[in-house]
Formats: sequence, structure tokens, C-alpha cells
Amino acid sequence: MLFTRKEKPEATAPGAPECRPWARQDVDAGGWRDAAGEIADGKADLLSLWSDGVRVYLAFLPQGAAAPRIVSLACTEGRFPSVGALHPPALRLERTIADLYGIEGDGLPDKRRWLDHGRWGVRHPANAPLPIETASDAYEFCRAEGAPLHQIAVGPIHAGIIEPGHFRFSANGEVVVRLEERLGFVHKGIDRLMAGAPIAQAAKVAARISGDSTAAYSFAFARAVEAALGVEAPARAQWLRALIAELERLANHFGDIGAICNDAAFSLMLAQCGLIRERLLRAAANCFGHRLMMDRIAPGGVAADLSPEGAQALRDLLEWINLMVPRLIGLFGDTTSLQDRTVGTGVLSQELARQYACGGYVGRASGRAFDARLNVGYAPYDQLSFEMGGSTEGDVDARVWVRFDEVRASIQIVEQILDRLPHGPIHVDVPSAPSAPCEGAALVESFRGDVFVWLRIGADGAIERAHFRDPSWLQWPLLEYAIKGNIVADFPLCNKSFNCSYSGHDL
Amino acid sequence: MQKFLLQGLFRGALTERAPSPDDAMLAEIGATLEKTAREKLGRSLAIREVDAGSCNGCELEIHALSNAFYDVERFGLRFVASPRHADVLMVTGPVTKNMREALERAYNATPDPKWVVAVGDCALDGGVFAGSYACVGPVSKVVPVDLHIRGCPPDPVALLKGLIALLNAAS
Repeated sequence: MLFTRKEKPEATAPGAPECRPWARQDVDAGGWRDAAGEIADGKADLLSLWSDGVRVYLAFLPQGAAAPRIVSLACTEGRFPSVGALHPPALRLERTIADLYGIEGDGLPDKRRWLDHGRWGVRHPANAPLPIETASDAYEFCRAEGAPLHQIAVGPIHAGIIEPGHFRFSANGEVVVRLEERLGFVHKGIDRLMAGAPIAQAAKVAARISGDSTAAYSFAFARAVEAALGVEAPARAQWLRALIAELERLANHFGDIGAICNDAAFSLMLAQCGLIRERLLRAAANCFGHRLMMDRIAPGGVAADLSPEGAQALRDLLEWINLMVPRLIGLFGDTTSLQDRTVGTGVLSQELARQYACGGYVGRASGRAFDARLNVGYAPYDQLSFEMGGSTEGDVDARVWVRFDEVRASIQIVEQILDRLPHGPIHVDVPSAPSAPCEGAALVESFRGDVFVWLRIGADGAIERAHFRDPSWLQWPLLEYAIKGNIVADFPLCNKSFNCSYSGHDL
Repeated sequence: MQKFLLQGLFRGALTERAPSPDDAMLAEIGATLEKTAREKLGRSLAIREVDAGSCNGCELEIHALSNAFYDVERFGLRFVASPRHADVLMVTGPVTKNMREALERAYNATPDPKWVVAVGDCALDGGVFAGSYACVGPVSKVVPVDLHIRGCPPDPVALLKGLIALLNAAS
């Protein structure tokens, strides 16, 4: 037995090149460069770039295609041809691979450490940890120098109740010339925690990658596990998942619309939106037993069923929200002092949104009509009808209007689900151990944009490796562009209208 | 906007206060908290929230404390922008190693007398992130903790309850 294994080292190497439900292809350096070139030329959208310590993986969606493709390259000497050198959106992903796995992109133009601040006591902790002595690493920010310029350093602890990160502004008086972000403060070592975790444990971690998208992450994780193992959740569970995901989306959009207006000193909107958000969270707690619906979606199905009383309570709530939304839209659209702050502020160009394959309301407000529920599609959205909102203005105002559009779409979806929710079981058993290691991936639309998940399950049924890419990875760099030329005082507005996740990014 | 403002004038307050037997908890908490806060700290308690690595779930619920239903400010509880203005540090998360120094600095910047409330299961013992190379674990390993409020995340009522417990313990 042992002899056979030694003879075929590839047999024990991770996974056959198959990643359900999409194709994965093992390529050589040439094939890798070709794929990177296609993305850089705009023929495909970058979905993610990651490593498992042995290979590097590149997931992308060719223009017009409904199914993503994944290529992988074995890194025998810990190196691979840099994608970031051709395509800037990959830069931070590649810096992260170097931090966590010690695998470096050849020709990567930015070699500064990204998530690794020199405080973990080890280097490349997810692969072969190497103990280090340093208490922290110095970090060199990009320079913007000249007589009228000054720097403003903000964070990691911000003035509000928000997540930690550092912003370095270079300003000319009040005008921002450059913003540089430094993130990684909430890095919790998800890659390492996932490696070897039983599926149930891994699902708990996945649900806590970004608390505001907990349902979306659980949804994506469950779909990836089910794809890998070749099981399908029962119809009722699939519909309930969408219901949970849409309630999460609604709660987040209302919370954010209020918070954006509050940053323009218009607290009336915060108060009104806060009411709707709270009622949604209470309804979620009544229907599913948790205000944020954490751990309600699990591999194999859902953990809580919707009672007839719960369904009626949701209908009543929707009726009230339907009454409130036109009033809120009026309040937002008719308040000129608010428009004065939001129109023309923090403009993100269509070109950049396209280049970065920017998802969610940020992309859709800058002309990139992409929604994983429609463009890639997954159950039960293929059986539901709803309209995707969009704009080409790309400013704070557009991002708020797109969120109003999404609120309307989510209400439609929830109504359809309540009308047509199929009966039956809400859970199937997931096999405790597959016959062979298997891979799965999923793309799920969170309120913020598309969440990408890839994972490999070992023969013992535990997660061997998992990778999560939050939409924020591709939105954070765009905030740096959008703020240019705006005044410092408008940064909170720009930032809140993007509302990128820190925890989901830092992993 | 006039409609909203008029509505606000003529409609009863949404803020929950009903002292009915089954819904008495919020009102009871509010009354006790107000009384205790006045006794111990004069009129108010200033809270500086520090996210030391949470998934953001705790922050969402801490935010909810300020909505019209809970209206935390009526009890004299305020969230402030700087630790220098704070009586209480409310800390969430499994304290990532990358946030440890920032948390220590925030603690040192908070004037005495001060209390630390660790919010959420992660802040208690690291939660699902316990044992990670990137996390210190319990908040109490970094700064002295006066009170833990459990939950993943704790709901706003649990947070209010915890703040009363703190005031009682701080006497």
C-alpha cells in the first residue's frame, strides 16, 4: 500500500481536477499566463485568486458566460507568474497569498505584506509556519509629497461603532489627493481554521466571516459543500434560504440607507430606516430564532422551518414596508440639502468598475450590471422574477438609488417566496465521508455583492482547504479612486455608500 | 419631509416602555439603569466601543441600541468618539493580534475610573476563532474585564441587561 502511494505521488496530491459545479483545469505556466492575459484584456472577469499551499487557483467568468472557470497551477518552487503584474485588481489577493502561504507571484509590482503586520509570531501561517521574533513590521505608505500636501492618519480605531482599519489621506487643504488603505487588523486566520475542520465546525466559522452577510456566507458555504458531495438540499430548504438571504439584504440596505444619510447630518432618515431594520430583525428572530439568522442555513438544508404564523407576520411586515418605502424615497429625493451632499460625490468611473469586476450596488451604480442571482443563477432564483436596478452616475446618490431598487426587488422576491413556498422536508443528511476527496465552489449574491467560495473535502469528510472571497476585496481599492478630488469631510459619505466589509476582507 | 415631521408630532412614541407584566423587561431595565447611573456616575455613562476583531455582528446589535425602540440615550448611556471621553470600553471580538496594541492604547487613553465590558462569545473566550494563530483570545488577556455579555451576538436587551449588571458591580 505504502509502496503504491510512493510510486504515484500525484495520487495523494489534492484532488482530481474537477470542481463541481464548474470546470477546473490544471494548467502549466503558459496556460496560467493565458488565463491572466484574458482577464487583463477584459475578456473575462476576475472572481478570485487563492492558494492551498500546493497550487494557486484563478477563478474567472468569461464575458457573457454563465459558468465560471477555474484554472490551477502547481507551485513546485513556491512561485507562479504574477497576475497582479498584468491586472491590478489581483494585487492584494496576491500579496495575501504571499503572506499566508509564502508563495510569491513572479513580477508582482507590490511586495509589501498585506494581512501580515508582523504580529502573529510566524510567517506564512497557513502553509509551513516559520516562527519570527518581530513584534510588528514597519509599513511604507505610498508617498504624495510637495509643499501644500499634508497627511492625515485615521484608525485603526474609528470614531464610530465600526470595524477597524487604517486610512492614510494625503490632502491639499481640504481636498484629498490620495487615499491609501491599510487593512488586515481583523485577520482571524480563517484559512488555517478551515483546514481540517469538520463540516459542521467549518460552517460555524463561515457564518462568522462577515456578520452582516452571515446568511449569504452560510448559503455560499452550504452550496459549495453540497456541490462537492453531490447532494441537493430539498426544495423547501432552497426557497427558505432565499427568504433568509433576502431578509438579510433588506435589513442591511435599510440600515445603510439610514446611515449614509446620517453621515450627511440627516438623522431623520436614520431614525425611520432604523425602525424598519429593527422590525425586520425582530421578524427574523420570531421566524427563525435569531435576529441576524446566524447558522440558520447549513449544508444539507436549513436549520429552522417557517411556521404559518411566521409567514403571516412577514406578510404584515411587508405590507407596512411597502407603505414606508415610497415615503422614504420621497424623503431622500426631495431633500435638497441631502442631494447637495450626495450628488457628484465619490464618483466611481464605469471603466474601473468593469476592470475590477466590482459587484453589488457599487458596481451596479457604475454601470456594471452583474448580479450572481441572475448572471450565474442558482436555486431558487431561477424560478423567481425580479428586476435589477442600475445607474451609470457612479456617485453616492446613485449608490443610494440602486439600494432603493434592490429593496424593491427583494420585497418582490419575498412576496413570491411566501406565495409559492413548497412543502416538504427542510434538510437532507450530508454524507459523513465522501468516497474520495472532492471539490466544490459557489457564487452567491450577498447584499454587498457576489461572495465566492471554493473548498475541498477530504476522504475523512473534513474540510481540507477552503477559500472565501468577499465582494469587498474588489470594492476596497475602488474606494481609493472614488475619494480622489473630494473633500475630507465627504469621506464618511463615500465610505458608507460603499460600506465595504473589514472582517470579510481581512479573513 | 413635512409628513414625517408631522407624523412624529402627532403619533405616539415608538420607544418601548410598556410596564405590562409580560413585556415589563425593557421598562424595568430602563428604570433600574437610570436610577443606578444617576447614583454612581451622576447623570450619564459614556461608552467607547472598540472592535478588536469581531465579525461585525456584535456591532450591528450595539448599533440597534440607538434605534427608536431601545433609545439607549434615555438612560443616560452615550456612545462617544474617543476613549478620552469614555467611562466604559465596550470591546468585541477575539482580539486579533493585529488589534492588540490598538486595544491596549485605547485602554490606556481611557481616564479612571473606567470599566471594560467584553461583548459577545468571541470576547469571552475567542468563540469559533479560539486557538487561531492570529487571535489573542479572550479580551481579559489584554485588558482587565469587569463584565462579559454573552451571545453570538447578544441582542440589544441582553446588552442593556449587561450594562445594569456593570453599574451594580461598579459600586
